Amino acid sequence: MSYQGKKNIPKITSERLLIKGGRIVNDDQSFYADIYMEDGVIKQIGDNLIVPGGVKTIEADGKMVIPGGIDIHTHLQMPFRGTSTVDDFSQGTKAALAGGTTMIVDHVIPEPGSSLLEAFERWREWADEKACCDYALHVDITHWNDSVRQEVLSLIKEKGVNSFQVYMAFKDLYQLSNSEIYEIFTFLGEHGGIAQVHAENGEIIAEEQARMLEMGITGPEGHVLSRPEELEAEAVFRAVTIASQTNCPLYVTRVMSKSAADIISQARKKGNVVFGEPITASLGTDGTHYWSKNWAKAASFVTSPPLSPDPTTPDYLNTLLASGDLSVVGSAHCTFSVAQKAIGKDDFTQIPEGVNGAEERMSVIWDKAVVTGKMDENMFVAVTSTNAAKILNLYPRKGRIAVGSDSDLVIWDTDAVRTITAKTHHSAAEYNVFEGMELRGAPMLVVCQGKIVLEDGNLHATAGTGRFIPCSPFPDFAYKRVKARKQMAILKAVPRGMYDGPVSEFSPMSRGGTPSASARTSPTKAPVRNLHQSGFTLSGPEEAPIRAAGRRTFMPPGGRSNITSLS
Amino acid sequence: MWLSKQREEPHPFTECEAETVQKALLSVVNERLVIKGGRVVNDDQSQYADVYVEDGIIKQVGENLIVPGGVKVIEANGCMVIPGGIDVNTCLHKPYLGTPPVDDFYQGTKAALAGGTTMIIDHVTPQPGESLLEAFEKWQEVADKKSCCDYSLHLDIPHWHEGVKEELEQLVQEKGINSFQVYMAYKGLFQMPDSQLYEAFSFLKELGAVVLVHAENGDLIAQEQSKILGMGITGPEGHPLSRPEELEAEAVFRAITLGNRVNCPVYITKVMSKSAADTVATARKKGSVVFGEPITASLATDGSHYWSKNWAKAAAYVTSPPLSPDPTTPDHLHSLLSCGDLQVVGSGHCAYSTSQKAIGKDNFTLIPEGTNGVEERMGFVWDKAVAMGKMDENQFVAVTSTNAAKIFNLYPRKGRIAVGSDADIVIWDPDKIKTITAKAQQSALEYNIFEGMECHGGPVYVVSQGRIVFEEGNLQVQQGTGRFISRKPFPDVAYQRIKYRNKMMCKQGVSRGMYDGPVYDVPATPKYITPAPSAKTSPTTHQPPPIRNLHQSNFSLSGAQIDDNIPRRSGHRIVAPPGGRSNITSLG
Repeated sequence: MSYQGKKNIPKITSERLLIKGGRIVNDDQSFYADIYMEDGVIKQIGDNLIVPGGVKTIEADGKMVIPGGIDIHTHLQMPFRGTSTVDDFSQGTKAALAGGTTMIVDHVIPEPGSSLLEAFERWREWADEKACCDYALHVDITHWNDSVRQEVLSLIKEKGVNSFQVYMAFKDLYQLSNSEIYEIFTFLGEHGGIAQVHAENGEIIAEEQARMLEMGITGPEGHVLSRPEELEAEAVFRAVTIASQTNCPLYVTRVMSKSAADIISQARKKGNVVFGEPITASLGTDGTHYWSKNWAKAASFVTSPPLSPDPTTPDYLNTLLASGDLSVVGSAHCTFSVAQKAIGKDDFTQIPEGVNGAEERMSVIWDKAVVTGKMDENMFVAVTSTNAAKILNLYPRKGRIAVGSDSDLVIWDTDAVRTITAKTHHSAAEYNVFEGMELRGAPMLVVCQGKIVLEDGNLHATAGTGRFIPCSPFPDFAYKRVKARKQMAILKAVPRGMYDGPVSEFSPMSRGGTPSASARTSPTKAPVRNLHQSGFTLSGPEEAPIRAAGRRTFMPPGGRSNITSLS
Repeated sequence: MWLSKQREEPHPFTECEAETVQKALLSVVNERLVIKGGRVVNDDQSQYADVYVEDGIIKQVGENLIVPGGVKVIEANGCMVIPGGIDVNTCLHKPYLGTPPVDDFYQGTKAALAGGTTMIIDHVTPQPGESLLEAFEKWQEVADKKSCCDYSLHLDIPHWHEGVKEELEQLVQEKGINSFQVYMAYKGLFQMPDSQLYEAFSFLKELGAVVLVHAENGDLIAQEQSKILGMGITGPEGHPLSRPEELEAEAVFRAITLGNRVNCPVYITKVMSKSAADTVATARKKGSVVFGEPITASLATDGSHYWSKNWAKAAAYVTSPPLSPDPTTPDHLHSLLSCGDLQVVGSGHCAYSTSQKAIGKDNFTLIPEGTNGVEERMGFVWDKAVAMGKMDENQFVAVTSTNAAKIFNLYPRKGRIAVGSDADIVIWDPDKIKTITAKAQQSALEYNIFEGMECHGGPVYVVSQGRIVFEEGNLQVQQGTGRFISRKPFPDVAYQRIKYRNKMMCKQGVSRGMYDGPVYDVPATPKYITPAPSAKTSPTTHQPPPIRNLHQSNFSLSGAQIDDNIPRRSGHRIVAPPGGRSNITSLG
């Protein structure tokens, strides 16, 4: 399975490829047609295609041909305290390909205080060297100031990044305050970025963690006990509120619980532009395993937000996914070995967080949603591929089988049955959180960049063949509505005559502590104020440009009314 | 006029035989009273009965009562006899920039009595840094001197620190205060971050107090305010524009989440919008112990007036959270009040004159916040809910009086007409029609935000502490007759469920064999998950990428850690599961 030189031979022949007799399934329709690909691009679709001789032909025998999956959330080769996740870009993308996913989007996580651009370049380097399939990158904003603002701008404009994640959890590390998030969302809204959010209330988590440890709970069950799903729902609610105030499209990563999903679907019903991303683990398993007597097994489920201990959660999330209330499925694939997880053997807060799921992602959805009759095959394509492509502004290059699209596609075998086990999976992790699960539906053949990478169960992936796919800002899927709303949302002042009645003298008292900046934000009860200072500040530099010119000369059509008359 | 103009001493409710002859003579007339031919309406039932009152206490309720001769008789003529209203949210002494509101305890309680409210609970608002106890005593002194009806006090906690705890304990245990307000808004002044709220909730819960929350997201408001001012909007319309109802709903949701985590009852003051009310209702359906308090203004008018061309009128509506510009809001809030999703009606009465409001004439963020409503409170609930067929008379009593008495532990002394309860009684005429106008009101305000509205239903007689204070339109009150009513902690309606949940909530760890597999050796970098204060990086300072010293880091990790005080190692090592120790690293 490792890459060898001889793999270059099939590469040449596979650059022209004909898939015959398949049923093409896009997110909008399904139809029978042949597909001819050349140089990694789909050239023709239809019946009785005229193709050059000597083309490799694949007989699909009426099976589904779907756009290759896009895993919009991975953490491959993620550095962690001097080590990194066991699945690097090569191992991780191989696992993805083995599951029918032909593109991943990885998260760049700069250390707080360090440069976003440098971190981005570092990730690019790692991925270019090792990725076996196309990739794009999200950049996480772990601190916020003016220089970060500049970096974000150049990432959007020059580097092909259009989505940025902020954290509402991980207090004193990645967590940003409401005001910072407001500023970031405002900024992203102006420049066409997608605001992704890790939604959990970090303040309360910190309190709960301390309480759990105090109670003597140090095992993995402490993880889920200190991060109850309410805290996830609360943060989602807050993120939705901020996004709606700033008119910025919001993307909630890792929807793990019913209540968080409910908040998203309610917000969508109210018209908010918000996308929810459940992950393989939250769709396929639940949080009861945190109480496993096997420490290593329990620890392998540790991720944030945690899996819900409510066993009906996966079913519920699959339902919302089928109905369109949740939009895309990521894997949040972030694998640590048992030895790495064991850093937290005496303290659950030290357990590195992350579960596997890149390989199982598409099969889990097929098994839990399509086979059960919740979802049709078109919706399956939408949530595993098309919606992600639309959000990333890669559509229709990715996420669709159409002439001109990249030839990333999968022949999906709806009858295949796989039993998931760590012994046969492509990840390097010793544990698989889906261990023993029997999943119906699997890729029979995977074509990535026009080359066959999976055939008859054999993976022929080559590290370093993956290309970076730049994502441009203002994806229509998110921004069309936002743009229209911007024009609607212009606020206007009420033209009034000047107030010319008496003004109460407020007592001159010296202010304690806070300078005049807070005077603006403390409407009723500003305690003690220096009359001279605050009076002058307000009517001086801060306010003069606002009213002096525009207001003073204003006269209503009927002349100036005495607005103090009591009527 | 028969009413004594002499000041009566506040008295405990057993006494009163040993007083001066003159006073006794006067008080004989005042203090014995029989209300005949009325329909007594409590929150649970209505019955035709007479009520006999002596010494400020209801002594008998029933038909054909045997009462002493010479007792003053009030003929109710079939009108409703209801417990006097309790207004749980007034600010009659809250200064703004050193100037007091125009309705002080005298003026404000007069207005309350004229509207059928016989008890108020006022907010003590200490300034940040000021002692809570001192502020409390200041308020009590002023109220004792001026108040015309019984009163109690809520304490607002301006900011959270260790020193506050002692004062809170004293206030609860010695001073008879069982409710405290925290703020999620007013950034840089009263606002507390979530972690402080968590601590405050935890501490107040142990004391058995009710946590009142001013729920608005202050961080976002601050951002919106500067945005709106930057757009050149300086008038009162900037107030609702910078405080959209979403921010209220968000904070309500967060407060409830905190309450659930800490297992502490939460009381949302001033529910002003549909979405905030819906959030409360949804949480109650999920079992949260949460109470919602709409106010007179949110129940009777809406925020469209902020756009009035008359600055002074628009400014009169400024309060926080703001009135919703959605005109269907009052109707929705009444529906929720009727079905029990919202529990209590306050007034949020906080009266600033036009000249005081004009402090913010060039900047809406400086307009002092507050609307009137103490006098109109009961009338509008009747007019908009009972007269419309949304609510029955028993629920009317519940939301205007009984629920408040229960939540703040005054029941059944207040909030009920029963033998032994205080004689705070209102005779209510459902057919009375009144047009609200600033000219005819008791409040000293120039503007009444309900100006011109017609209100059905109102008090004919109001009896406070056993004395008739309002009779057919005439108010007969006296400053200083109001008593401070102390309240005990752990009100049943809030805390019974909490107590059971406490017992249920003991969490236990899983007993496992020791993990004995390989452990990755960690160099110390800023921790990935744990909140380590040292790892905190200021967002503004640009730090160089961390350079790791392997030696140092290893030592510091095995050295001082945040959880070192936990006796886990000794505890865990001796645990062996019944079947002997299993090798827990085996895969499977």
